[in-house]
Amino acid sequence: MQYLLGNEAVAHACLEANIDFASGYPGTPSSEVIDILRSQEKRGFYVEWATNEKVAYENALAAAWCGVRALFTTKHVGLNVAADPLMTSAYTGVTGGFVVLSADDPFAHSSQNEQDSRCYAQFARVPCLDPASVQEAHDMIRDAFSLSEEFGLPVIFRPTTRICHSKSDVDLGTVGDEHRVGEFCRDPKQYVVIPAHTRVLHRLLNEKQPAIKKRLVELGYNTAEVRGKTAIIASGVAASYVQEVIGADVSFAKIGAYPIDEDWLRTFVDAHTRILVVEELAPVVEEAVRQVATTTEVFGKMTGTVPYEGELSPAAVAAAMATAGFSPTQSFPAQRAPAAVAPRPPILCAGCSHRSTFYAMRKVFKDGIFPSDIGCYTLGLQLGGVDTTICMGASITVGSGIKQSGEERDVVCTIGDSTFLHTGIPGLLSAVYNGANMTVVILDNRITAMTGHQPNPNTGITAMGTESTPISLDAICRACGVSFVETVDPYDLPLLLATFRQAKEKDGVRVIIAKQPCVITARRAGIKRKPYAVDPERCTGCGVCRSFGCPAIAFADEKAWVTDLCAGCGVCADICPSGAIHREGR
Amino acid sequence: MNGSFDILIVGIGGQGTVLASNVLGEACIREGRPVRSAETHGMAQRGGSVESHVRIDGRYGSLIAPGCADLLIAFDLLEALRYRHYLPEGGRLVTNRRFVTPTSVYMQKQTVPDEAEILAALGDLDLTCIDAAVIASEAGSPLSQNIVMLGGASRFMPLAAETLLAAVRACVPPKTVAINERAFSLGRDAAGRC
Repeated sequence: MQYLLGNEAVAHACLEANIDFASGYPGTPSSEVIDILRSQEKRGFYVEWATNEKVAYENALAAAWCGVRALFTTKHVGLNVAADPLMTSAYTGVTGGFVVLSADDPFAHSSQNEQDSRCYAQFARVPCLDPASVQEAHDMIRDAFSLSEEFGLPVIFRPTTRICHSKSDVDLGTVGDEHRVGEFCRDPKQYVVIPAHTRVLHRLLNEKQPAIKKRLVELGYNTAEVRGKTAIIASGVAASYVQEVIGADVSFAKIGAYPIDEDWLRTFVDAHTRILVVEELAPVVEEAVRQVATTTEVFGKMTGTVPYEGELSPAAVAAAMATAGFSPTQSFPAQRAPAAVAPRPPILCAGCSHRSTFYAMRKVFKDGIFPSDIGCYTLGLQLGGVDTTICMGASITVGSGIKQSGEERDVVCTIGDSTFLHTGIPGLLSAVYNGANMTVVILDNRITAMTGHQPNPNTGITAMGTESTPISLDAICRACGVSFVETVDPYDLPLLLATFRQAKEKDGVRVIIAKQPCVITARRAGIKRKPYAVDPERCTGCGVCRSFGCPAIAFADEKAWVTDLCAGCGVCADICPSGAIHREGR
Repeated sequence: MNGSFDILIVGIGGQGTVLASNVLGEACIREGRPVRSAETHGMAQRGGSVESHVRIDGRYGSLIAPGCADLLIAFDLLEALRYRHYLPEGGRLVTNRRFVTPTSVYMQKQTVPDEAEILAALGDLDLTCIDAAVIASEAGSPLSQNIVMLGGASRFMPLAAETLLAAVRACVPPKTVAINERAFSLGRDAAGRC
């Protein structure tokens, strides 16, 4: 037994399954799986971080075409980016086991929406496994590879945040060391999806469905126990919440795999007069239940009994049970969070270089519009530097759209280095091509920080720790046709302000690359900067530094002081109008 | 109830709530008991309010419902106030005496209660208050505050102190074992004096 994070258990199961190839793009709550795989001391397999999910999916798919066991990891919204190859890879199929790990995020703890990856499985007609516990997540991954090989199809594995980032005692198997070597067998009828081939492949995919359903029942991931005339059917982690509060005289069915066999489901549904369906996100199980139900009364999202939004909990399940006339075995007190406790939202770190970039941007472009993107810097919202975010890469495209719509105010986009390489480049190219008039700021901290400091092509190192070919963001921008490209150190506030002013005077697409390593990685690399301090004699308590929003600046008795969080970036010293902030020891 | 002992650990991202929950989980493994826990990762971490749910003898999900925690451990006094509703009336709270004022308070010129006001607002609970910063410095490093708090709370957990101490040794960085052992013991002593 070991006490493991869900994602650690999943990674371990991949090792037990003799995985040969792993590719993904970081995204909470999925990132730790590849981080753990790549940090294995003895590694007999290939692992990479790709530039985006479409790239990662296609890399892993091709490996599975060569007969090796491949894993693709993403967060739910990344599956949108990989949806193009996903849909057609169900037609082509695979020869080696191919597992598509798409981690969903009910309650959007760290995401821009609450979409449900099970819908993609249904859409693409591929099997989907949906674990209810950390142990089951581990066990399912082992089966997922053989299931994929048995049916020659990608298998979607969709844990949710409360699986990925929950910990549990887990029973592990033995790590394998038998690895395959890829070999591509030419077969245009399978791998070249021209219309004549794809029509046949589509029929073959549909013909596989009945056998898949039967097999999933045999595997035991869809189980049912008849204990009375009423029943609860639950899926994924919600099933474990139901088990906590369900009475002994209420039947229980647990759905862990899709597509659900209709005959199996009908037998269970028909044995009951009333059924409550409990699942997070989309009503996938509920729709299946309603399709087979004839006289049974069904409660779920469609009756307003279970919420469509957010995540469930034992208390939420008990409330749904009470509404549907089922008696939960536990009652939960109606405790309210105390009102009016000063909120403590996440915030850019002390010494984060993004803070000074946002400060300078707003100082120069007072009337500007600020489309932004997905990363730590989305927290620039608190600094008034973020007006839009929608998905990865959508700062430059949204900025271009706003400008071309006729909006006359200046548009300044912010995008991180990893996000720029992910999907920012096509937007930049299109903006230049179509003559947009805007400024793009690449927040270049040399790493994919938000998700846990994964390397990207800009970092200079691969997931496996080998040095990579250096790339140049400056050269990429110039190759896209941008003539104004300036790289500045965002800790140098006067230069940063001057560069923004320069950009403001120019026409066309202007790019500023604000380059400074992430303060966390810099600290880990041993870079030390002397902290700053406030001279209380000179501090007038004006509060200008307060509006800078650095967590290392506190106030007491109408005077500012610098706390021990200070990372020594020194930008506050440039901001202070009284010259009261200086490097310690001076 | 289903027999689990439910502990909610709250604090600020970076204070080591995850390490503290790892110690509890490791202790459960060493005593051969099932355990479930849930923690905060990703976007929500950066200096924000964070929570770790730990369910000793837990067999189902990892989430603790408001009003149902058997023990609340707060690494920051203001966070104790924010999460107190996870305890039932008169429930047990082990909290750090100090708190960090949220940066947003300075930026938006909000007011926060002082230490005495927060303690008064928590007065109806079964309260153990520890000055973790002072004790951690005494132990040898201000970074050991999380283990000080765990030591203090260990008096109220269904886990043997020796198991917890062994789990501390297993979970903290090897170079800091001696400091954290001291932190645990000093925290436990401090809670005994309250």
